[in-house]
Amino acid sequence: MNTYYNPEDLAKFGTMGEEAPQLWDSFMQYYGAVFAEGALTAREKSLIALAVAHAVQCPYCIDSYTQDCLSKGVDEEQMTEAVHVAAAIRGGATLVHGVQMKNIVKKLEL
Amino acid sequence: MDIREEFGKLTQIPDFEDSVEDKDLLMTDKMSVLQINVGRLCNLACKHCHMEAGPNRTEVMGRDVMEACLEVYKNWGFSTIDITGGAPEMNPDFRWFVEEAVKVCSHVMVRTNLTIMLEEGYEDLPEFYADHKVEIICSLPHYKAKNSERQRGSGTFDKSIEVLKKLNEAGYGKDPELVLNMVFNPGGAFFPPQQSAIEREYKEHLGQEYGIVFNNLFTITNNPIGRFGGFLMKTGNMESYMTKLYGAFNPGALPGMMCRSQLSVAWDGSLYDCDFNQAVDMPVETKETIMDLRDRPYKKRKIRFDKHCYACTAGQGSSCGGSTA
Repeated sequence: MNTYYNPEDLAKFGTMGEEAPQLWDSFMQYYGAVFAEGALTAREKSLIALAVAHAVQCPYCIDSYTQDCLSKGVDEEQMTEAVHVAAAIRGGATLVHGVQMKNIVKKLEL
Repeated sequence: MDIREEFGKLTQIPDFEDSVEDKDLLMTDKMSVLQINVGRLCNLACKHCHMEAGPNRTEVMGRDVMEACLEVYKNWGFSTIDITGGAPEMNPDFRWFVEEAVKVCSHVMVRTNLTIMLEEGYEDLPEFYADHKVEIICSLPHYKAKNSERQRGSGTFDKSIEVLKKLNEAGYGKDPELVLNMVFNPGGAFFPPQQSAIEREYKEHLGQEYGIVFNNLFTITNNPIGRFGGFLMKTGNMESYMTKLYGAFNPGALPGMMCRSQLSVAWDGSLYDCDFNQAVDMPVETKETIMDLRDRPYKKRKIRFDKHCYACTAGQGSSCGGSTA
């Protein structure tokens, strides 16, 4: 079945460097530095990436960072909590925009 | 299922030997560890067990083979005797063998599943081990019950914790002469985390939640053979797991591969370059047995490899003693 998302396409990520090698190299260098051990551990960064992957709903990133988390000793319970963090922020962001709705209602209603 | 036939079908993964540029690394070096698998009988049947050990296995090493092991140990200049199984404690000659081994070797280690020490007739083993200053390497797949029991079966976690407490009471993990090490292996088709990081986590959790102390934690990459290999085949994960292992091939892990410095003896005296080769029935090239070696000096041997060996060279490297690179 044709679909916009194919698991095999993840391995073709590097082809994005074909027409813009310098930009790609810069991005990869930055990407590598971001995920290296720093003030946060590589494990903590992987969990943040997993949560963000769910928030931006990127199936490639979800696949990659689920595997990366497992390889860093993160278990399903911890990953589930991270996904809830993403869900809470998304849900909270939706709800807090309700204040805008209320402001407009207040301004317009008699 | 012949797992080596399955490896042959994975033509996109090169033969292991072709990935090794320095051909000297295909030979053994100085021998240090004599690893003796005293049988496949076990009180558990863990999902990741490469030996496919369990309560119904009947292969058990006899005393004649053990005697030959001790003789070769003395002649070849090894420094460690590493006793494994199955549950090695279930071999009827186990205690005799340990007593004899500690007479000739100052570093005897036993790989235990812990839970056996709660079974009738085995309850005094913590004291037995402590009296003989045997180093203990125990398998505890995870510090959380749920994750651990997914591999080893329900009820095994609490039993393991109970035995770990008994070992601590006997001085293990506290007395510098009584070393208690643990083995971590991933609960699926993925790599282990960095050894030092997961050791820290284990120490925190086991210490805070159960008051348990231990010395070191060793991470082992799951080898795609035995029951774990069967799981990979059944779930359609074999190709992707092998690709992952090959993709993480680290030439820096080659010099420290355990096959270069150890000899693995099976219950019947047959010899292997490592325990994994034993599990896939790939004996040493000469087909010698431990009995044949009684009066033969050590000679470097060519190691036998297959694609499962990529598990020992992926990323931080892996061996029975943890990461190698």
